[in-house]
Order: sequence, then structure tokens, then C-alpha cells
Amino acid sequence: MTPGAHPRPAGLLARVFSTDHKVIGKQYLFTGIFFLFFAGLMALLIRWQLAYPFRSVPLVGGLLFGKGGIMGGEHYTMLFTMHGSLMVFFAVTPILIGAMGNFVVPLQIGARDMAYPRLNATSYWILFAGGLVMAASFFVPGGAASAGWTNYPPLSSDRGVTLGQGQTLWLLGIVLAGTSTLLGAINFVATILNLRAPGMTLRRLPLATWSYFFTSVLNVLWVPVVAAALILVLLDRVAGTSFFLAGANAPFEGGQPLLYQHLFWGFGHPEVYILILPVWGILSDLLSVFSRKPAFGYRVSVIAMAAIVAVSGIVWGHHMFTSGMSPLLGKAFVLLTLAVSVPTALLFLNWLGTLWKGSIRFEPPMVYALGIVFVFAVGGLTGVFNALQAFDIYIHDTYFVVAHFHYTLAASVFLGSFAAISYWFPKMFGRRMNARLSVVHFLLSFLLLNVVFLAMFRMGIAGMPRRVADPFVYEYLQPMRGWSVLAGWGTLGLGLVQLLFAWDFFRSLRAGPAAPANPWGAATLEWSVASPPPPHNFERTPRVAGGPHEYGRPGPGGRDWVPQDEEVSLT
Amino acid sequence: MTAEAVDLERPATGVASGKLGVWIFLASEVMFFGALVGSYLVLRMGSASWPLPAATLDTTLLGINTFVLITSSVTMVNAVRAAERGDLPAMRRSLLATILLGGTFLGLKAFDYAHLVGGGITIGSSLFGACYFTLTGFHGLHVLGGLVTLVSLLLFSRRPAFARRIAWIENAGLYWHFVDVVWIVLFAILVLL
Repeated sequence: MTPGAHPRPAGLLARVFSTDHKVIGKQYLFTGIFFLFFAGLMALLIRWQLAYPFRSVPLVGGLLFGKGGIMGGEHYTMLFTMHGSLMVFFAVTPILIGAMGNFVVPLQIGARDMAYPRLNATSYWILFAGGLVMAASFFVPGGAASAGWTNYPPLSSDRGVTLGQGQTLWLLGIVLAGTSTLLGAINFVATILNLRAPGMTLRRLPLATWSYFFTSVLNVLWVPVVAAALILVLLDRVAGTSFFLAGANAPFEGGQPLLYQHLFWGFGHPEVYILILPVWGILSDLLSVFSRKPAFGYRVSVIAMAAIVAVSGIVWGHHMFTSGMSPLLGKAFVLLTLAVSVPTALLFLNWLGTLWKGSIRFEPPMVYALGIVFVFAVGGLTGVFNALQAFDIYIHDTYFVVAHFHYTLAASVFLGSFAAISYWFPKMFGRRMNARLSVVHFLLSFLLLNVVFLAMFRMGIAGMPRRVADPFVYEYLQPMRGWSVLAGWGTLGLGLVQLLFAWDFFRSLRAGPAAPANPWGAATLEWSVASPPPPHNFERTPRVAGGPHEYGRPGPGGRDWVPQDEEVSLT
Repeated sequence: MTAEAVDLERPATGVASGKLGVWIFLASEVMFFGALVGSYLVLRMGSASWPLPAATLDTTLLGINTFVLITSSVTMVNAVRAAERGDLPAMRRSLLATILLGGTFLGLKAFDYAHLVGGGITIGSSLFGACYFTLTGFHGLHVLGGLVTLVSLLLFSRRPAFARRIAWIENAGLYWHFVDVVWIVLFAILVLL
């Protein structure tokens, strides 16, 4: 970090390849929103196919699938593969970690930028390259990847004719996205450890920043593992190795398809905490701000997150109960997985404790936050079901699992993203979004999310398998047709409601009313500077004197909070 | 501006950010090689038969190569010490020695690969070949990355701005030692085991 690490915004080049964390945060945000829209459209096509299997897709069918507009089984497979992969690696990660983390963390700890500004810009542009590779994969012979976002061999590594070059490009794209995430995570860990302003002790860190620290620790440790696994699959596809191939198609003996699953889920389970931890942290802070009360059980929340980080690396086996696992080993994974629910429940109780007897203000970020408390409860509790071996064997690879991870990773994470965007939008862009539109957007999204994903639970309990282009070829699923149609129209509604958000977001960027420095009466450091913050964030390095949640304490001028950089006088 | 810069340079942990970053990066590298080594062990344990390394590999060549790489760590330590003393000529000599030893390692590695391929063992010939070329290949790429870094530092050390960047030698040294340790692990499990 040198003085002048921020080049004056002289030329276009300097602005596009900026090293300012606030600019990079916005670049991640727009990239993430683009892929969210793109992968969201895929969800619409998927739900159309499931509601009306092999019927002509209205409007876009002819364009996408040729004459007749009917999607083939192979198209369906590509769609769910790319929907999952793009959502996880190119929508959720960029929005929650890339955009919000980049923008918020240095401001919250009183730093001028991330620890390595140039590395930060590099991370973004690697993700950008990965996005281009993923987009290009739709246009190569054989089409996009279609082995599911989990990319299990032997399907994914088979060099036969089953999968096209899109599968190889998928591997490259995901490895690029992983590299971007990894470099970003190194930056977050070093920034949070090293660039804290004087007085910003670990016990005074806002819970959002804590969650970015933990999520980054997980990224540093587990992204390399999935990178290794994907590189081995890549070698199987292009270099003639056979790490994960066995049987007649393998060029030589000894490869183990199951080994890939261990490596993938070794990363894959921590990954779900990587995505949800920032939501937990942001939620914990928001509930405190808008209940005008200190976050209940701050230290317990931090310890709970640390415990989840520690245990998350040794629970992956619960994804593999049906993969041929020793029942005894399975029991160990059941117990360890159930153990995760203890710190998670503590976090949950702390959220309720923060709300308890608070002076709740129903501002848009709070409304989203309250929605997360509900949908995360549903997602978290059904996670306990999935952890139980006996139950999991029944619902494995059914829509029950799909509904569970959409409650956590779609409903919770996207409501979390909306909460974060509506909370920090004034700080990012110096303007305010329309509060009424935000609340309408929340109410409709919340309703429709539950329609779609509760319908999925119902179908899952009936035994509807995931990843099947037409599940109704099975006679026993006939009674589920109505639910599938409901989920389809629910998804369409959900998609349309997002246009409301997009309209408000882009309109407010230009035409929203100017935002004051601290519109929410929040105590953390990012609100102590102008909206938007000046290029170097702080005129002088702040001296932190108190905790992040000093709400409900009378201050001068009828103020009910104490900013973190203000000395508390007890007289 | 200067006062601000000083504030930013003040690390809250007491460890300079550059060094801290290298350590965090090495943690991720441990996991990367851990996944590769773990996969290799699982595949090898699960195999009905495995070629005897002593009969397949040129163990003498690989032993010499191990010695070469360990020696390069010694010269790297010398470079770091000289940098700390402010003795730039001695530092450059030690860096050059490290670079030459690292280059020798890669050269001998090429001989080793040629020997194997000549004997019909390639990355696609057997599980042994796949594991050997993949693991040593990724290690070789790391050595190459280290060499590029050391050569850049050697060239950069002629510039006046290097005075403020003297810690980079130590950071590069951390990485170089790590790559050395990885090789010792690979040598033990691929060649000796």
C-alpha cells in the first residue's frame, strides 16, 4: 500500500481498472446482478419445463430451442447445471462477498482500502474472465456443461461423446471464479487482521465484518481443495489421466469416482457456510440498528460463527449417505452435522434476543432482515432433517433437498443481499432508494418465495427426483402436477417482482433523493463519513472508542446512539 | 498524506501486511497440495498393484535433485540475512545462487521426465504416471513461479525503490521454503514410499 495507490480518476482506463475498494465493490455488484438476472431466467425455463414438460416454451422457445420451441432433455440438463453454477459462483459470491464485503469491510474497520488494492482489482478481473468463459460455453459444439453444479465424474470426466466442450470450459470458468474468490479471501483476512483503526479491537468489530472474516477463512482453506478436484477432472478430460474414471471407459485401472465426491463436498459443505455467513453477520447488525438495541449476545454470536467454521470442514459426508458409505462413518457424520445446529440455534436465539422489547423501526433493510429470520428458520430446520441418515436416504436427490437449499441459499441469501443493498445503497451511491417500493418488493418476494419453495417441499416429500426433465413419467408423481404448475407460476411472479427492484435500483442511482451521511442512525464507522465516501474514505484515521452496537443510549441532540468513534461520557 | 500513509503501514497484528498475506496464501497452498497428496494416497492404497518406485524412477537423480533444492533453501536464508543486514551485494549473490539451484532442479526434473517417457511412462499410461506427473508437475510450476519472483526481485534490487521493499526478499523466501518442503513431502511419498 503506497500513498497514491488510488490513481486520480484521470482517464477511462484508470476508472475501469480502479484499485479503489469502493469502485471494485460496485463492479462486483453490477456483475453479480447481471448473472443473477441471467441465471434467474434459467430458473424460469426450468420451472416451465417442470410445470408443462416438453411443451413449447412461449415467447423465447423458438429462439432458444429451435423450431417448435420445445426444450430437449439435454437443454434441461444444461439449464439446471448452469443455473446452479452461475448462481453460486457468479451471482451470490460476487454480490454478497465481492460487492458488499469489498465496499463495507474497509469502511467498517476504519481503513483507507483493502490490504492489497491491486490484488483486489486482479480478483475482480479474474472473475470477469471466468464469467466470459462461462458465457462462451453456451456457444461451443455440444453446448454448455450438463453434469450438474456438483460435476460428478464419471459423467463429467468422460471423454466419450456424452458431454461437449462446454464441460471443459465450465471447469475453466469455475477454477477462475475460485481463484478470484481465493485471492479476495486472502485480502479480506489480511485487511481485517491488519488494517483496523486504532481502538478497533476484535471485540469492537461489527458482526458483518466478523462474518466476512470467517467466510474468508473458509474460502482460503476450502477453495483450493475444490480447485484441485476440478483440475483433476480437467486432466481426466484433456490429458488422458483417469483419476476419477473406472470401468470400461477408463484408459487404465485404479481411478475412483467416489474420491471426487469426497473432495467436492469437502469444499461443498463449507461453501454453504461461505455463502450464508455474511448474511448472518449483516442480519445481526441490521437487527440491532433497527431495534435500537445492542446486538444480543455479541460474543456468543462470534463464538458460534467460529464454531460453525471449525465444524463445517468435517461434516461433508452427509451429502454422500447414498454414495456407499459405511453406516458407522455415516453415524459420525450425522452427529457432527447435528452438532452444527447448536451454534446455529445460538445465533438464531441472539437474533430473537436483539428483537425482544426493541424499538423496532420497519425501514426497508429491517423488513428484509425480518424476512430472513423466517426463511432461514425453515431452511435451517429442514437441514436437521437432511442430516439424519435414515430420513436422508428417503429424500436424497429429491425436491425436498432442493427446497431446503433454496430456503437457505436462495431465499435467505437473496433476501440478505436485498437487505444489504437497501441498507448500504445510500452509502454506496449517495442516493436513497424508494422505501415504499422496497417494502412492496419484499412483501411480494417473500410471499412468492414461500409459494415456490414450499411447493418444492411438498413434491420432495412425495419423492419427486431432482434433475429429471419430466418427472411425471413416474405414475406415482401424477398427483404432484398441480404443485409443479403452482411453483412454475410462482417463479414467474417472483421474476416479475424482481423487475420492480431492478427498476427502483437503477432509477434511484440517478434520480433518488440525496442521502445524508447517516440515514439510519447507525453507529458503525462507515456512517461517520459522507455518502458516498470520499476516495480515501477517512479524512484522518478514526480513533475507535466503543462497540459497534451502542444503541438505546441517550446522546446529545436527542440522539439515541453512540457512534463508534465517539468517546462515551458516563456523567 | 505522509502521516496517513504511516497510519496505513501500521499493522494491527504487528506483522507486516505483505508477510501476513504470504502466510495466508501458504495456508491455502497447504490445502491445495493436501488435496492432491491425499488423493494420491487414496488412489494408491486402493490400487491392487503399484509399480516399485526404485525400479521405475531414477532414484539417484531424484536424490541429487532433492539435495539441490534443499541447498537452494540455504542460499535463500543467506539472501534474507544479507538483506536484513543491508548488504545488498551479498544478497544478490545469494539470490543468484538460489536461482541457479532452482534452475538446476527444473533441468534435472526435465531429465527425469524424459527418462520416464522414454520408458513408456506418461501422464496417460497408468495411474502411477498420472499421479507422478500431476503432483511433480504442479510442484514444478510452483518452482517456476518462485524463480520468476526471484529473478524479478534480483533485477528490481538495482533500483532505488528497492530500499523500501526489502521485506519482499523475506516474503519470497517464505514461499521458496514452502515449495522446498512440498518437494520433501512429494519425494517421501512418491519416491521413497
